[in-house]
Amino acid sequence: MKKYLQNTWQAIYTVLVGMKVTFKHLFTRAVTIQYPDVKIPLPERVRNRLYVNIDDCIGCDQCSRACPVNCIEIETVKAVPGEDLGMTSNGKKKALWVTKFNIDFAKCCYCQLCVFPCPTNCIYMTDIYEFSEYDRRNLVYKFSNLTEEEAAEKKANYEKFLAEKEAQKAAASKTQQ
Amino acid sequence: MYQLLYNITGNVIISTIVVALIPLTVILIYALFAIWLERKVSAHMQDRLGPMRTGWHGWLQTIADMLKMIQKEDTIAADADKKLFNVAPVLVFTGSFAAYAAIPFSSALIGSEIEVGLFYIIAISSLVVAGILMAGWASNNKYSLLGAMRSAAQIVSYEIPTALIVLTMAMYTGTLSLTKISEMQTAYFWNWNIFGGPEFGITKFLLIPFMIVAAIIMFISTLAEVNRTPFDIPEAESELVAGYFTEYSGMKWGMFMLAEYANMLAVSAVVSILFFGGYQSPFGYIGNTLNIQWLIPFEQTFWFLSKGLILVFVQMWLRWTLPRLRVDQLMTVCWKYLIPYAVVNLIVVGIISLI
Ligand code: SF4
Ligand code: SF4
Repeated sequence: MKKYLQNTWQAIYTVLVGMKVTFKHLFTRAVTIQYPDVKIPLPERVRNRLYVNIDDCIGCDQCSRACPVNCIEIETVKAVPGEDLGMTSNGKKKALWVTKFNIDFAKCCYCQLCVFPCPTNCIYMTDIYEFSEYDRRNLVYKFSNLTEEEAAEKKANYEKFLAEKEAQKAAASKTQQ
Repeated sequence: MYQLLYNITGNVIISTIVVALIPLTVILIYALFAIWLERKVSAHMQDRLGPMRTGWHGWLQTIADMLKMIQKEDTIAADADKKLFNVAPVLVFTGSFAAYAAIPFSSALIGSEIEVGLFYIIAISSLVVAGILMAGWASNNKYSLLGAMRSAAQIVSYEIPTALIVLTMAMYTGTLSLTKISEMQTAYFWNWNIFGGPEFGITKFLLIPFMIVAAIIMFISTLAEVNRTPFDIPEAESELVAGYFTEYSGMKWGMFMLAEYANMLAVSAVVSILFFGGYQSPFGYIGNTLNIQWLIPFEQTFWFLSKGLILVFVQMWLRWTLPRLRVDQLMTVCWKYLIPYAVVNLIVVGIISLI
């Protein structure tokens, strides 16, 4: 009997304690934020979407080789003599056309390993974190600033140059004989 | 109210429809408000903000959801018993809507002034069980069936403490008419039944603790009857998906929700009529002081709805405080605790009112 009354009292008492707690929380400030309108300030060294300043890229392929998941795809074409590709901002001479520079963000694990080896500091992590897409293929970001025709043209140019060289060599060896 | 309209229009059908439409509009507006309130209450109790985007603090959210729900496809599972499946939500809503027929919103706004209002409400709200069982059975789904069974077991058990407390109050007030019970507790809040009723004297003070116990038991058991947490095991979304309405979509699901919220107000109304003076103001009427008679019914409606909404708020408050009970705990609470207390309370109140 005593146990029974005790149980009853305990049930009522504990419910009241719980209600007191929730009632207090009714008036505490919300800890959530109104996300798209309000954003939490990001820490200084966040690692989010990569950006490549393609004007500075010398096409050395270091980043692609450092990447543990192989999500950077780089194709380059050598410049033919006489073509001036300009300089990078820290004074390196560019010698390669970057015909393709794709980063697949569906694969990227944001490890930042690609950032360190870059000799021109042109690949780096930004603080943009909203880049969801409905189609996975849209997550492949193309950084190369050459259009496909231009890339094809550069390729053709280089091949022509090679062929010419080849021909010259052949001609030279012929004259030697 | 019906009589008044009949005198004005002289037409049975028009006056019936108008009288029926008043509670329906009240329910619909209240349900929209209550669903919004529940979201806000739940959010703030969890230190969130809840809906904020549609309208000021999201007050349009429920309306937007309703519009969305109306456009939803009406799916019926292939093996479901189509007829029963379609009738069930209507039946559940009818059950909770019909209860409003006897509830006095104010001294002027009463659907039907029946002498046995209290019993009528207990009887008609059993229709909800039938509807829930029907929904669970017709869905042809194990979760639905289990939910329906649990609901039947729960509601049938908790009718007993409810009926015992109703019996206590009927014995104490000497009437089953909700209007008369409200009328008795007039004027000031110390005349409310929870403070020992209108009479003065030793019995009043002896009664107070027992009335409080009765009110608590009544509140708990009505909570169980409308399937609200901590007694929401028929829905039990973590074990039974959504219980008896798992298979429902669109507006039929909406009707279950509407019925749930309508029921919440109905039982709150009954509790407030029995213990908190029904539509009576706690401190007299402005209409009486200023001598404007027509103001009084409006004040009464205001007090009635505020009391109802406060109790609805307490129900929500409990929902976001307590975890769900297990089935055996549910039965323990009812059979081992509520019923013995209710019986003892009945006897004691009987003896005290004899003094
Ligand atoms: S952050 Fe890591 S995974 Fe992503 S591209 Fe760079 S090296 Fe690859
Ligand atoms: S390491 Fe830097 S310069 Fe080299 S290919 Fe990558 S981005 Fe370009």
